[in-house]
Amino acid sequence: MSESSSSLGRPNLPPLSLHVPEPQFRPGDEAEFVSVEVLAAGITPRPDSAADAGTMRDMAYGLVRVLDDAGVAVGAWDPRLSPDLLRRILRSMALTRAFDERMFRAQRQGKTSFYMKSTGEEAVAVAATYALDRDDMCFPSYRQQGILIARDWPIVDMMNQIYSNRADRLKGRQLPIMYSTKEGAFFSISGNLATQYPQAVGWAMASAAKGDTRIAATWCGEGSTAEGDFHSACMFATVYRAPVIMNVVNNQWAISSFAGFAGGEATTFAARAVGYGIAGLRVDGNDPLAVYAATAWAAERARTNKGPTLIEHFTYRAEGHSTSDDPGAYRSADEATKWPLGDPIARLKTHLIGLGEWDEDRHAAQDVELAEMVKAAQKEAEKNGILGHGLHQPFDTMFEDVFEEMPWHLIEQRDQMRDERKAAGV
Amino acid sequence: MNMIEAINSAMDVCLARDPDVTVLGEDIGFFGGVFRATAGLQAKHGKTRVFDTPINECGIIGVAVGMAAYGLRPVPEIQFADYIYPGLDQLVSEAARLRYRSAGEFVMPITVRSPFGGGIFGGQTHSQSPEAMFTHVAGLKTVIPSNPYDAKGLLIAAIEDNDPVIFFEPKRIYNGPFDGHYDRPVQPWSKVETPDVPEGHYTVPLGKAAVVREGAEVTVLAFGTMVHVVRATVEEKGIDAEVIDLRTLLPLDIETIETSVKKTGRCVIVHEATRTSGFGAELAALIQERCFYHLEAPIQRVTGFDTPYPHSLEWAYFPGPIRIGTALDLVLKD
Repeated sequence: MSESSSSLGRPNLPPLSLHVPEPQFRPGDEAEFVSVEVLAAGITPRPDSAADAGTMRDMAYGLVRVLDDAGVAVGAWDPRLSPDLLRRILRSMALTRAFDERMFRAQRQGKTSFYMKSTGEEAVAVAATYALDRDDMCFPSYRQQGILIARDWPIVDMMNQIYSNRADRLKGRQLPIMYSTKEGAFFSISGNLATQYPQAVGWAMASAAKGDTRIAATWCGEGSTAEGDFHSACMFATVYRAPVIMNVVNNQWAISSFAGFAGGEATTFAARAVGYGIAGLRVDGNDPLAVYAATAWAAERARTNKGPTLIEHFTYRAEGHSTSDDPGAYRSADEATKWPLGDPIARLKTHLIGLGEWDEDRHAAQDVELAEMVKAAQKEAEKNGILGHGLHQPFDTMFEDVFEEMPWHLIEQRDQMRDERKAAGV
Repeated sequence: MNMIEAINSAMDVCLARDPDVTVLGEDIGFFGGVFRATAGLQAKHGKTRVFDTPINECGIIGVAVGMAAYGLRPVPEIQFADYIYPGLDQLVSEAARLRYRSAGEFVMPITVRSPFGGGIFGGQTHSQSPEAMFTHVAGLKTVIPSNPYDAKGLLIAAIEDNDPVIFFEPKRIYNGPFDGHYDRPVQPWSKVETPDVPEGHYTVPLGKAAVVREGAEVTVLAFGTMVHVVRATVEEKGIDAEVIDLRTLLPLDIETIETSVKKTGRCVIVHEATRTSGFGAELAALIQERCFYHLEAPIQRVTGFDTPYPHSLEWAYFPGPIRIGTALDLVLKD
């Protein structure tokens, strides 16, 4: 008897078959992204930010690109930024990369437990942040450290969090990179995926209900769009026309699951917007100008009460998911270099050089300066301790902030811990 | 005021006093809620402060978390406690932990209201009592009133509290107390001797139990609907029982419990939820730890059975007077 059991179903009908998605390339394969349709820069029209979502459905299947292959800004989406602002964006992206490099190494040296790089997708956080106001509230996922860096948040403070040291503003309670700063308009990061999506919508609804002028922005990976929270957020965002920008970072990989396991074989992630009547844009996520322009467009839409925008940033996760991941075990080794949309830092650098506003020497000097700066910051942060050196917060802090006031059962548990430690002589 | 009116009044008072209080949930706006708990609030306070939501519990609680992060005091309603599960992650992983994980930068003054409990022929999906799982989550407070006065005072206290609170409303007693005799006519709250519910602002503090009946022979711990069933049962049986209405399961008023059990030396715990890992297990463990040498009989639990809530056999499932009476006889026999 064959494996496909003939006892199942009706014998006169063909057996059904289950489709299980499979990525194009596996380790050992040579990656060739021929199937990735890269629309030419500049050809995508730019609708008015007040346009009805129903009139711009094609945008969800297109690709907004500003920088062409030669690094020249073309087309209606060119945000025409000043050379100064372009240099600041470039610098923030380069600093993000230098920071990632340093902290990745710190993890490998045993100074912390965990790290996640954003290599190759720096534009998604950095360029978007420059298109927002500083007090617009960000609800990021775990790979948007570029938001804090673009907001000039002290990198020593970020490192203190990564080291869970005595200067960690989160008292060593969160995994490394799960930053939180209300002052920086950066919401506490959760490890449960896409939970920040409905929260961002709720924050935006509150801002609108209060007649505030601030908007919210949120980020999740393409894999997380499979979560119910994502769909809940889209539902509430469209119903209440919440002033929110919902960014989907399609970096092709959710740990080892490729985008196909989140529905990426069937449609684009921007197209999720269509069913909800939300404006959807699909953007070259490795084009900082396109990311800036799309975010500015969506921000204007939100600020003028025209409602939410869902932006798919089409990009590529050039490194592993985290320090606990081995991408070599599940994907082709040369995918990152073969990625047809290039590297966001290299592309902006080429653009600035083309404008006559930058050169290779200045770029190389900046890289050295940023590496030194990160190194000095690391030294500063390590004065406050590293995770590998053990416990930096007073033990009692473990019981604080569970509630506003400590209830009796936590007081008892705290006192019991104190007594046990005293009896044990520690 | 009946309990619905008291709950409505609590939200009305809070909406009037604090412009940050916002009420949201399915059918709660124009229509005023399936149990009428929010009737008239939208007309009075406006539809940006009292509004209907999609049928999406994850969204209801998730946006409430975002609203609280903004600085509002959202009061989301989950239409039945049985529907809370799609929103559970936003409650237990997010709302409950945000103060802790942000070291106090983001606080979550959310009060999730939800009718719970059985005795209304609601079947498996309109009868559950999921309170224990919330008491298991660090960072959440769980509150359950048993009469109109407490309902209003506790709800105002919950809304004014800066921590996330789950406020379970025993729907069997929305319109009147219930003595456990389902075949007798229901008395409305107006015919029962309970404290008048004041119109304006007052609070009943969270974390404080009420001794609803003093007694010397046995302590009976209950909350919600079961407070009335227990009281009726001990009176019908003529037992000199001390009946304690817990009112808040977390933080728990351990002092009142401990004092009473040490006085009576016997304890029966009654709740509607399934037995295994129910809140009664926690109570029994606490009493064992604190009152062991004062106990004269094993602690008894009277609870729902470890089955889904059966529609047609509801009254066999419900921990009514017969089962409570049996447990009381058992602890009192020595």
